[in-house]
Formats: sequence, structure tokens, C-alpha cells
Amino acid sequence: MAARTVPTTTELVRQSLRGRRFSPGGVVFELGLLLMLLLALLILVTLLADILAGALPVFRERGVVDFVTSPLSLNGETAGVSSAIMGSVALTVIVALVSFPIGIGAAVYLEEYAPDNRVTRFIDTNIRNLAGVPSIVYGLLGLAVVVGLVDVIGLGGPGTTSGRNVVTAGLTMSILVLPIVIITAAEALRAVPSAIREAGFGVGATRWEVIRHHVLPSAAPGILTGTILTLARAFGETAPLLLIGVATGFFSAGAGASVVDQLTGKYTALPVVVFSWSRQPTEGFQDHLAPAAIVVLLAVLFTANAAAILLRNRYERKW
Amino acid sequence: MTTATDLSGNPQRRRKEAMIRRVFFAAAAFSILISLAIVLSLVGEAWNFVRQVELASLWDIGWFPRRGLYDIPTIVIATLLIAGVAMAVAVPLGLGAAVYLSEFARPRLRRLLKPALEALAGIPSVVLGFFALVWISPQIVQRFSSAGVFSMAAAGIGVGILTTPLVASVSEDAMRAVPGALREASYGLGATKATTVRRVVFPAAISGIAASLILGVSRAIGETMVVFMAAGAVGGSLRTWNVLEGGQTMTAAMASLAIGTDQVAGEGLAFQSLFFVGLLLFVMTLTLNAISNRFVRRVREKY
Repeated sequence: MAARTVPTTTELVRQSLRGRRFSPGGVVFELGLLLMLLLALLILVTLLADILAGALPVFRERGVVDFVTSPLSLNGETAGVSSAIMGSVALTVIVALVSFPIGIGAAVYLEEYAPDNRVTRFIDTNIRNLAGVPSIVYGLLGLAVVVGLVDVIGLGGPGTTSGRNVVTAGLTMSILVLPIVIITAAEALRAVPSAIREAGFGVGATRWEVIRHHVLPSAAPGILTGTILTLARAFGETAPLLLIGVATGFFSAGAGASVVDQLTGKYTALPVVVFSWSRQPTEGFQDHLAPAAIVVLLAVLFTANAAAILLRNRYERKW
Repeated sequence: MTTATDLSGNPQRRRKEAMIRRVFFAAAAFSILISLAIVLSLVGEAWNFVRQVELASLWDIGWFPRRGLYDIPTIVIATLLIAGVAMAVAVPLGLGAAVYLSEFARPRLRRLLKPALEALAGIPSVVLGFFALVWISPQIVQRFSSAGVFSMAAAGIGVGILTTPLVASVSEDAMRAVPGALREASYGLGATKATTVRRVVFPAAISGIAASLILGVSRAIGETMVVFMAAGAVGGSLRTWNVLEGGQTMTAAMASLAIGTDQVAGEGLAFQSLFFVGLLLFVMTLTLNAISNRFVRRVREKY
């Protein structure tokens, strides 16, 4: 019988290189990973769908405008979120006014001025640690320090509130977001190439002139993107407010109250309304009004995020 | 002739420079002031609590601050249980998503999926708390168990969803930082993609992945609203190891003490106990974050 020739090494190699090997284990592994990712996204979709479905009756029967412009009420038929939106907007404005100057200033110091020494590294580590402190701890800080401080400087308001007002909330929230403002602003400043600075120094500009006329304008889109996202974070934050005396029940701000009265009196915020309505036993609050308030909250946050993304795409420069 | 004084520049301009520098330094130093204020306010009231409380009431049947029972183990156990459930959700989802996005997804798919995952990170915790209460609890937890509406399991799943994007983004960064040469070397030896991911990329990125998990635990421990809304036991809770029961974590205990009355007040030391729990929480998260930072730094040094 004709002995079959033993395949040569060349043939063996050629054979095993031919075609792709199919490994079922690999495919299962990849599909498993994809499944995890899709599951996470499915949760997001379920959440949005569930909340929209709950909110729809409110918007259909009363219209978005009526819901957004009606004040708080114990009556499910007429309750709206106007006072909550006012509180949240006032709070966000205070956060922007307080945390942006300090935060951007600190970032400018750390990126542009600070020598690489112990003090700088300490400040840097400290800021990173502050960014990881749970938000409710900032609420404790607000309770122990800010409430009293606001009362002392004369913005405490009438006896019953005595410092538990939107000014306190704004200041506490400013402290909470400050580390994030510093970190994002510092990142934007770091992205500005040092050639820009050196060109400025080369023509005799001082450090401040270089920062003012070149570094900050170049970094502005990045800083702005970061700060918008920070404001969104402050807008959606609830826990610290609970500690510093936000109103979790029904209250009515006196009609025609002056700005000072509104700033120093009782207040509430949109996420807090979501919280209190979702535990309200009255018919309609948990099922429909809380989801409707969530839709308003998410609409604001998504708008802010979209604005930030647009801004980044529009103005971001590649150096 | 030019003298050194001429070269040193306009004194007025220099004074202005020095002043501006000091202003910016003050802004940066303000962060230290914040840390000091946090530590001092926490330690101050916590010390008052420790000094005045009857030590026996720190170890009792449960956490009922308004009745003078400050059983710290109750809320620490609940915190760890919920963090455990949260990580059981966030580790597979977060790591799975991270490995897929970093190693398998084509660039176009990645550009589509990654923002979607980031959108999940942008959902405020109060919204997830609501979702945990009205959807996760009845549709998942109660369907498969005899738990009530409020349960630590539902809250834990909610917290897990909240932590997933964080775990995913930090560990994805770590895996993308692994140099391509390592993967190519593995392919060169004939390894499949799956083997390369499991035996080369994953071990190379292990520091960053560990950091992401620790950060996730820290975040889960510090989360308030989801637990407060979905885990129940608002008035106080008995010590339990059963996740199907309601319970209060350290954060939820603080929140419920705070809104129990108009002002934070109650029987005896309720107000001070708030700060004691806060200090404990602060120390726990700070330690976890410090460990996580150390892991992240190790990744940076390596490549």
C-alpha cells in the first residue's frame, strides 16, 4: 500500500494559517460583555419610559405650562413646581456667583502661579479629597457653620427660618461644587499649550497680562463647559439641602413678597419637591406629580448637558 | 548704561502682579479652610456626643436616636449591606461595559454607547431613588422575594445603578492606558482576543480597575437619597443582616434625623449624633478615596 507522505513543516504551517479559527468561547465572552453594557442602557431606558408614562397624564390634562407655573399645593389637581423652580434657580445663581470666581481663581493659581512645592501639593491633594466627600457631609458643614454665618450677617430672615434659607443653601452648595469647579477649570487651563504663554512673556507681558489676555480666553470654552456641568450637579443635588432646613412639606410664599423676603424666607428646590412628593400619600402625588416634577428636572439637566456638549464642539480648539 | 533697576521693571506693575498673585493664592487656600471647617465642625459636635452619651446605648438593639438608642453597628451593617448589593450590580455591569467599550467596540459604536452611559451618570440620585421605590422594588425585588415595598435590596440595586457609570469610566480609562504593544505581543503568540483581554489587558490594568471598584464602594457608602427613599425605616431601625428588610444606612439615618422635625432636634443627643455619624462616614470615604488614589498613581508610574 502506498504510504501517505508525512506532511512537511511548511505544509503544516500553511494549513494552520489558512482561514480564521472560530473560537466559540471568545464570541460568548464578547456577547456577555455587550449584554452587560446593554443592560445598563436598558435600565436607563426603562427609567425614562416609566417616568414619562407616569408624568404624561399631568401634562396631558393640565399642560406643561400650567404645571410649571403653579405654586406648591396639597391639592393634587393644582399642585405645580413654580416655587421649586424659583428656589432652584436662585440657588444655582448663588452657586455660580460664589463658586466660579473662587474656583477659577484657585485653578489659575494652581496651574499658572504655584511653584511645585509641598504647599502646592498639599492644596492639590486636599482639593481632590474634598471632591470625594459625600454630599451629605457638606450638609453637616452647612448646618454647623453656614446657617449661623448667614444669620450673623443679617440674612437670616424671620425668626422661624433664622438662617435656613436659600442663601444658606446656595453657599453650602457652592462649597460642595467648589472642588469640582477647580478640577475642571485646572484641566482646561492645562490644555492651553505653554507656547502661548511663552510668546506673551517674550514680548514683555507680565504673568497676569498673559493670563488675562491669552490663557483665560483660550481656556474659556473648556472652563465654561466644566462649569455648566457643575451647575447641573448643584441643580440636581438634594441630600445636603435636607440637612440645612429646606422645606419638605407644603408652604406658600406670600404673594408679592420682596426679593429679600423671598431670599430669606422658606424655600424649596426642584429635587426636594421630587423627594417630598414621592412620599406623599395623597392620591396622584407619587404616581403622577412626582414623575412630572422629575421630567422638568431632567429636562433642565439634559438642556444643560446639551449646551455644554455643543459649546465644546463649537469652540474647542485643537492645538 | 543699563542698570539692574532698569531691568527689574516698573515697580507699580510689579506691585500689581504681586497683589493679583496673592488674591489667587487666597482662592486656592480657601479649599484648605473648607477642609478645616468640615473637620472641626464634625469633630466638635462628635466629641460632645461621645462625651455625653451613655456608652451602653452605642451597642443596643437598634438605631432609634429619638429614644436615646444609638446603636452604631445597626447603621454600619446596613451601610455595608447596601454597598455590597450595589457592588454586586455595579461590578458586572460597570466592568463588562468598560471591557466592551475599551477592547471590543468599534469606534463608531463607542461614540454612540459611551455618551449613553454618561447620561446615566447625569441622572440625579433623587430620581434614581424614586425609580428604586416605584419600579425596582415592585418589579424586581418583590417579584422574587417576600420583601416589603421598602427594602435594602431595592435601595442597593438603585445605588448600584448609580455607581455603574463611575466604575465603568474609571476602569475603561485604565484599560485604554494599557499600551497596544502588549496586546500585539499577545496576538503574536497566537492568543485570541478574549484570551488577550483576560490574560494581558486585565492584569495590566488591574491597579486602575481596583481603584474604580474602591471608588465605587466609597460612592455607594456616601449615597443618601436612593437609600433614604427606597430602604424605608425612617424612624429608626433594628439591627438586621437581612437585605430584604428595611434599614437605614449612615447617610439615611442622618437625613431622616434632619427632616424629622423642622429643625434638627430631638431627644437628648440626636443633634450631636448626626455629627458623630457624619465624622464616621467622612473618615470611611476619605480612607477609601486615599487607597483608590494610590492605586491610580501606581498605574501612571508604570507606563
